[in-house]
Amino acid sequence: MRLLNRSAGRLSRHRRGPVAGVVLLLLGLVLTGGLYAAFSPASSADQAQSQEQTVAEGRKLFLVGCAFCHGTNGEGVTDVDGNLYGPSLVGVGAAAVDFQMGTGRMPLARPGQQAPEKKAVYDQDEIDAIAAYVASLGPGPAIPTEADYSTEGLSEEERQAAIVRGGQIFLTNCTACHNFTGSGGAMPRGGYAPAVINTDPKHIYEAMLTGPQSMDVFSNGNITPEMKRDVIAYIQSMREEPGHGGFGLGSLGPVSEGLFAWVLGLGTLVGFAVWIAAHTTRSSKKKETAA
Amino acid sequence: MSSNTVDTSKVATSNSTAAVATKPSRIGAAATWADERLGLAAMGKKNLRKVFPDHWSFMLGEIALWSFVVLLLSGVFLTLWFTPSMSEITYQGSYDQLRGIMMSEAMASTLNISFDVRGGLLLRQMHHWSAMLFIASMMIHLMRVFFTGAHRKPRELNWVIGCLLLILGTLEGFTGYSLPDDLLSGTGVRAADGFIKSIPIVGTYVSFFLFGGEFPGEAIIPRLFTIHVLLIPGLLLALIAAHMLLLVYHKHTQWPGPGRTEENVVGYPMLPVYAAKAGGFFFIVFGVTALMGGLLTINPVWKYGPYDPTKVTAGSQPDWYMGWPDGALRIMPGWESHFWGSTWSWNVFLPIIVLPGLLFTVLLLLPFIESWVTGDKREHHLLQRPRNAPTRTATMAALISLYGLFWAAGGNDIIAIELGLSINQITYFMRAAVFIVPVIVFLVTRRWCIALQRHDNEMLLHGYETGVIMRSPEGGYSEKHLPVDGAKAYAMTVRDRSAAELSPAVTQDVNGVPAPRGKLAGLRERVRTLYYADDADKPTLAELEEAHHHAEHEHELQAALDGHSADGHQFDGHHSVEGEPLRGDH
Amino acid sequence: MSSVDETPHEPLNAKTDALLPDPGLAPHAWRPTDVDAKAEKRAERQVATLFGLSAVFTVLFVVAYFAIDSGVDGDTFIGLGASNLALGTTLGLALLLIGVGVIQWARKLMADHEIVELRHPATSSAEDRAVTVAALNAGLEESGIGRRPLVRNSLLGAVTLLAAPAVVLLRDLGPLPGEVVGEYEGAGLEHTVWKKGMRVVRDVVGTPIKASDVEIGDLFNAEPEAIFPTEENGLPELHGAQMQVAKSKAAIVLLRMDPDDYIPGKGRENWDVDGIVAYSKICTHVGCPISLNERTTHHLLCPCHQSTFDLADSGRVVFGPAGRHLPQLPLAVDAEGYLIAQSDFTEPVGPSYWERNMKDIGEQGEGDL
Repeated sequence: MRLLNRSAGRLSRHRRGPVAGVVLLLLGLVLTGGLYAAFSPASSADQAQSQEQTVAEGRKLFLVGCAFCHGTNGEGVTDVDGNLYGPSLVGVGAAAVDFQMGTGRMPLARPGQQAPEKKAVYDQDEIDAIAAYVASLGPGPAIPTEADYSTEGLSEEERQAAIVRGGQIFLTNCTACHNFTGSGGAMPRGGYAPAVINTDPKHIYEAMLTGPQSMDVFSNGNITPEMKRDVIAYIQSMREEPGHGGFGLGSLGPVSEGLFAWVLGLGTLVGFAVWIAAHTTRSSKKKETAA
Repeated sequence: MSSNTVDTSKVATSNSTAAVATKPSRIGAAATWADERLGLAAMGKKNLRKVFPDHWSFMLGEIALWSFVVLLLSGVFLTLWFTPSMSEITYQGSYDQLRGIMMSEAMASTLNISFDVRGGLLLRQMHHWSAMLFIASMMIHLMRVFFTGAHRKPRELNWVIGCLLLILGTLEGFTGYSLPDDLLSGTGVRAADGFIKSIPIVGTYVSFFLFGGEFPGEAIIPRLFTIHVLLIPGLLLALIAAHMLLLVYHKHTQWPGPGRTEENVVGYPMLPVYAAKAGGFFFIVFGVTALMGGLLTINPVWKYGPYDPTKVTAGSQPDWYMGWPDGALRIMPGWESHFWGSTWSWNVFLPIIVLPGLLFTVLLLLPFIESWVTGDKREHHLLQRPRNAPTRTATMAALISLYGLFWAAGGNDIIAIELGLSINQITYFMRAAVFIVPVIVFLVTRRWCIALQRHDNEMLLHGYETGVIMRSPEGGYSEKHLPVDGAKAYAMTVRDRSAAELSPAVTQDVNGVPAPRGKLAGLRERVRTLYYADDADKPTLAELEEAHHHAEHEHELQAALDGHSADGHQFDGHHSVEGEPLRGDH
Repeated sequence: MSSVDETPHEPLNAKTDALLPDPGLAPHAWRPTDVDAKAEKRAERQVATLFGLSAVFTVLFVVAYFAIDSGVDGDTFIGLGASNLALGTTLGLALLLIGVGVIQWARKLMADHEIVELRHPATSSAEDRAVTVAALNAGLEESGIGRRPLVRNSLLGAVTLLAAPAVVLLRDLGPLPGEVVGEYEGAGLEHTVWKKGMRVVRDVVGTPIKASDVEIGDLFNAEPEAIFPTEENGLPELHGAQMQVAKSKAAIVLLRMDPDDYIPGKGRENWDVDGIVAYSKICTHVGCPISLNERTTHHLLCPCHQSTFDLADSGRVVFGPAGRHLPQLPLAVDAEGYLIAQSDFTEPVGPSYWERNMKDIGEQGEGDL
């Protein structure tokens, strides 16, 4: 019975299971990357940089990695037909940069309808530097701090209320595109709303603030910072929620349930039917008493 | 077992123990007590040793039957806690993320069953999984029946009952899906309100009567509850009873084979073998459902939250069995007309009201349409292989492909995201595909069946391929063919000779009076010709004998060369080769 | 003693051409368990073991029921609810093992001789039929139903009329569509709780929205303040069905787009506030709430059946099965800078219904994606 994890209390539970190996592997990768970053000359030198230096550093990085599409001064680039090639970054703010680069969406691997999430190419210090540079181009939302989205410091009751309210805000504003479990959904013409359930809280916050790609903006005038914090608290509570009913089947709703009913359920039962009707082995011997 | 026309020498006697009890047993006494009051012996005499043929495909309907039993058991359990009411209360149960939210009592009690009744979630999930299995197994049972020709006379009415069971099962599923009043089910009910409102003239009134006023009102869940736990289960029970009684009365169909004819049924007696197998299968269906309920989440209502007409989630789909009309609805162009101050919503009415009605009517009528076309009014108790009725097989294949396309269209958003496609393109593709693909499937299946028929004829005439390559003295290579063994050849040749001969065009009725040539007679003749067109007829006896002569002759020639040894069947896996030398002793 | 088999039957009208002579049933082959006492014992033990294991799982089920904490804060196992998992697995295996055991018993140990039963045609014998027809005729004759058309027809008429109470009794299932109008605020298919001067508030929290709160690219899921009555706005509390009905028609999406992108419809030139527009959130197809907006194209997608509406162009249908544009709510700003409605919707929201007497605005199609 000790295999069971008796829970100590709400929100402190952790998933354990087959994903644990993958998590461990990822953890290892992140650690290795972190160690590399810690010892690489670029980051060890930034320790005491002033704001100005950071912007200058960011501009350098920007010119190398971003200017091709976004223009040398972040003014945006259009192709010969006048179509937008890379949008202007004036006024998008540091939050947009941190989101796009922190989730690996930028720089794009190749031009396409939608920038997919991938492993981040730049480390956090480099991203911060570029964000500082882009923020200097025009006023825009800043990178939120942990205090903005953390429920630390709330009483247990307040935190509970925050999660409930966050759930309602999530179901009203987010599930239409991102699905009721935050596992994503389809948008017109091949677009999609990505899964948000495992997204870093800071990135969720930034996405709401800046409306990346074709997502709507949920500015602070729309969803207040407190409401944003609540939404994030709800998503995190969902992440920690055990699978009460068993495996989640991708949390896609009735389509995957139907698939499992047919393939697994009916498949198993038909398999049993075949076994029941199959002929058993026969012996070449005869029964003495047989007629 | 008495028999008067079949070869009784091969009829096995029913096992060792005699029917006469040696001493009065307690069971005997109980049986006497019951018989003196109920007269059960007369029924038992006929049915206790009733014969059921054994084949895996005959057990598909049984899956449906046992799923229904699981549904009844788990459903009764759920009603002990479920409150079918739309009265609003503040949720105070144990699920934190929803505590303090206003919701209907139906939703609150569903959450209560899921989290505060031990084993409640298991039973809820088992109920849902078995509902899906119930309808899925009815569908594959239906396909098996049609593909093997088991819907023919005298079983047409049982086909109709089966189709009604499928419709009622679907409605039962939909009403059950709507009861928890979570976001997904409420969205489904709202869509259903839209469907009803699209019905010309009466739609708005029906909607107001059903919902007790404007959507959503406070009446729909109690009303659906009554329909779900009383009305439809009652009808289902009655129809299942009728279905089973007719099955017993007609006796089960069987595959043709040695000793298995139109006049008899060969298999295991009801008691004990069939009862054990069927009873055991019940436990297996129940057990598999319990495992699914324990391992696989289905309809996590707590994540959807209570229904709120202003909320919606991506991936809003009905359960799979409602997916195909929903798919039709998705790919329908947005046609709407306005005449004389009224609105005609073709975009909703046609795909969701007319199309399912039309397709179900076609399904109900299939046996009658078939017998009208073929003119075949005989009883049939031997099953046909699907290949031996190419047009019928192709018709069902086309219907299945149509169903599958609508179904896929109903999941177009999930397909789009899982396969990285565009919803718009999938929709455009489906609009064309539902017209084109079934036709292609029909033609391909038909030709495929005919090819298989020809292959069978080849086998009968020239033997099967042994895989043994023979080298002639001249250095040429040929594959050795061997005649199909007696029992198999017999089974393969038990089938109707083609059309024209067996069901001649009806030009006169049974009394010899020329039938009036109605308007439809000409059409029927044309359809009939198409129905049987290109069927590969089985060989005649003369052809068969001729071919066998030829083969034997060749075999003799070869045997002489070969020193009479391995004839090839040693390697084909069809025969036992114990103690047979590859070469004769020289 | 007459057995069923001896009663006369019509000949079975079933004949399938057999071509070759019937070789008859194959001789019975015995199973190892029939001829080998050891194999038989082994099979017996195997079946008993299956039943025994089933009993073990049943006991484990009972243990799991009491020992494992269920519910929201219950025990977990590899991230799954332990109670449900254990109960389902033990119950499933307990049942499955009984099933497998019984079937194994039937396969290995029960006598497995195939036996033959004769078929009879579904029809009854000619004699039975004749007697039945005669009885039926006698009954009809004695009743005189054929000879007394007056009695017969009046009975038929009276019984047919009895359908009327059955139908009439259903009348009070619900009010007629016209009857609800005016019963309460926003009742009836052609009305909602929106009215002139009603403030637009955020959904869930119910706070009013200032025009200056709305940035370009913002999308608000909003409601009329009637849904969120407070002491401040002094609106009456809505309860139960009235609240649900109000919500199901009044929900809106409100967004601000670049004024250059926005093409106001004819007569709708002053329905926006500096590019802030509001549309009904209820799909005109079958009524799902829709708020899947693509900020860059202003296309709003319905997650139920994928109808797509262009919010920059009066909510016109650009794709999917919807037949009509999305109704637009005319907006204005009050003295305090809060967004208000100029009036109720100018047309019924939600799915079409037969009595709906209004055409769609302009031409529509899927051409320009």
